[in-house]
Amino acid sequence: MRVPLEFEKPILELETRIAELEKYAQESGVGLEGELSVLRERLKKLQDDTYGNLTRWQRVQLARTPGRPTTLDVLGGVFQDFFELCGDRTFSDDPAIVGGLAYLEGTPVVVCGQQKGRDTKENIQRNFGMPHPEGYRKAMRLMDLADRFRQPFIAFIDTPGAYPGISAEERGQAWVIAQSIQRMARLRVPAIAVILGEGGSGGALAIGVGNRVLILENAWYSVISPESCAAILWRDAKEAAKAAEALKLSAPDLLQLGIVDRVIPEPGGGAHRDPATTLANLKTALLETLAELKDLGPEELFEDRYRRFRGLGVYAE
Amino acid sequence: MALERLFRRRRAQGEVRDVPELWTRCPSCDAPIYKKDLEQNLYVCPKCSHHMRFPALRRIESLADAGTFEQTTRLKPADPLEFVDTEPYVKRLERYQKEAGRPDAIVGGRCLIGEVPSVLLVMDAAFAGGSMGSVVGEEIARGAELAAQENRSLVIVSASGGARMQEAALSLMQMAKTTLALDRLWARRLPYVSILTDPTTGGVTASFAAIADVIFAEPGALIGFAGPRVIKQTIRQDLPEGFQRSEFLLKHGMVDRVVDRRKLKEAVTRVLRQFVGGARAAGV
Repeated sequence: MRVPLEFEKPILELETRIAELEKYAQESGVGLEGELSVLRERLKKLQDDTYGNLTRWQRVQLARTPGRPTTLDVLGGVFQDFFELCGDRTFSDDPAIVGGLAYLEGTPVVVCGQQKGRDTKENIQRNFGMPHPEGYRKAMRLMDLADRFRQPFIAFIDTPGAYPGISAEERGQAWVIAQSIQRMARLRVPAIAVILGEGGSGGALAIGVGNRVLILENAWYSVISPESCAAILWRDAKEAAKAAEALKLSAPDLLQLGIVDRVIPEPGGGAHRDPATTLANLKTALLETLAELKDLGPEELFEDRYRRFRGLGVYAE
Repeated sequence: MALERLFRRRRAQGEVRDVPELWTRCPSCDAPIYKKDLEQNLYVCPKCSHHMRFPALRRIESLADAGTFEQTTRLKPADPLEFVDTEPYVKRLERYQKEAGRPDAIVGGRCLIGEVPSVLLVMDAAFAGGSMGSVVGEEIARGAELAAQENRSLVIVSASGGARMQEAALSLMQMAKTTLALDRLWARRLPYVSILTDPTTGGVTASFAAIADVIFAEPGALIGFAGPRVIKQTIRQDLPEGFQRSEFLLKHGMVDRVVDRRKLKEAVTRVLRQFVGGARAAGV
C-alpha cells in the first residue's frame, strides 16, 4: 500500500468509513441509508473542495505518487503490440528511457519515454527515471527510425531531470540533450510529446519538441524542480511549496503560457486513483492530436514545430 | 543558476583585497598586476595566464575587426510570471541592469571577424549570472536568423549559469527555440562557432552552445550540464580534480580545442575563412 498524501487522508478515511458502514448494513440488514447518504454527500463535498482547489505543490506531489501510470503502463495500455528496442549503439542501454515500435489504433508509430520504477527495486534499476547520455542517444536512434519509415514519433515525459553525476558529465550530458532537442526539432514526421508526471528541465525537453505538447492534469513541467529552486532562491529546500507557486509549473499555468497545447483530464483525486480512465483520456487526446497533424507534409511539419517553439518567450522591444 | 551566487562570493572576495586602485591581484597566482596591463592582456594574468572574467564589450573588441561592430541586440526583459522569491524578479532585474549597464545578459550584432561577415553574440555573466530567459533566447534566435538572412557566419561566446529560474518554463523553452533557430544557418551552410567561457553550464550548454560546427573553450573554464554543487550533493562524493574544466572536456571529446583568449580571434578566423569558402574572404 502506498502512503497517502497529507491532503488525501481525510478523504481516504471517510471512504473507508463509508465502505465499512455499507458492509455492516449489508451483513446485518440494518437500514443505514439515511446516514450513508449524509456521509456520501460529505465525501463528495470534501472531494470537490480538495481536488477542485489543488495547490501547485499538491499537484507536484500527485505527479510523483506511486501508482500513477508510467511510460510502460501507457505503452501497454494505450498502444497495441509495443515492441521494445534497446541500446544506444555506442555505450550501453539506459533503462531510464524506454522505447520502440507500437501501433495506435492500427497506426504504426515509434514511441519513447522516461521510465521510473514502479517499486524501490525497479526505481534503483531505472535510476528514478533520470537518464544518462546513452538514454538520449537511444531516443535519437528512435527518432531516426521514425523519420526513415515516416511514422509519427510519440514521446512520454516523466523525469525529475537528466542525471547529474560524474559519468553523465564525462559522457557529455549537455551535448546529448542539445543534440536530442535538435534531432526531435528536425523530424519530418508528426511529433507529439506528453508530460505524464514530472517534466524536469532539459532532461524532459530533450524529448519534448513536439508539434503538439500535451500534459496530464496533475503533471508539472519547469526549468527546475521546486526543491532545487527553493534551495537556491530561498536557501532552503523546505520552501518547495512556495517555489512551486512562483514557478507556475502546473498544467493550467502551462496551457495559459502556450507551453502546452492541451491538458488531459485526470479522474477525481488524480491518475493513480483510476489509471484505466486516465489511459482512456490519454488515448482520445493522442488520436485527436494525430488527426490534427495528418494532413501536414514533411516540411510543413518541420515549419509548424519551428513556429511553435520560435514564438515562445515574453520580452519588451 | 547556482553559479550566480558563486560569482557574488568571488567578487566580494576580490574587493576586500588590499591593493592600490591602479593595481589588482591575480585570483589564481596572487601576483600584483597593473590594471592597464591586465586590460591590454585581455584580462589574462601576464604571470600565470589565468583567464579572468572578461567584460562583454571588451570581448567584442577582441574578436570583431576594428570599427566594424554594429549592435543589433536591444530587447528588454519582462516579468511574465510575476515571479517573487525573497525579492520580486523586477527588483532583481533593476539591480542587474544597473550593475551590468545593459537590459539583459547578452550583447551582440553585425561585424567582420578576420574580414568574414559575421553575427557576434556575447553573453554577459555579470548580469544575473548570464542566465538565459526570454530575452537571451530571443536575441540568439534573431542573431541566428539574421546571419542566415544576410549570409553571415555566427559566433556566440557563452558565459552562463544556465536557464533563468524566474522565467521558469519560458526559460526552458528558450533551449528549444535557440536550437531550432540554428537550423536556418545549417540550411544555408553557414558556419557557427561556439566559444565556451567560464562558466557555461545548464540549459545554455545543453542547447545552442553544444551544437556548433566548431567548439572552442577558454582555458580553465567551468563547463558542464549540472553544476558541481548539485553533482556533489547527488553522489555524496568529492569531485575529481579538474572535473568539468575545459581540459577535462577536451580529453572527453566535447570540445575541439582549448584556446587561449589571446589566440581566439586567430582560431575563429581560421575556421570561418575555410568554411565560407573563400579565396575572397581569405584575401588570397
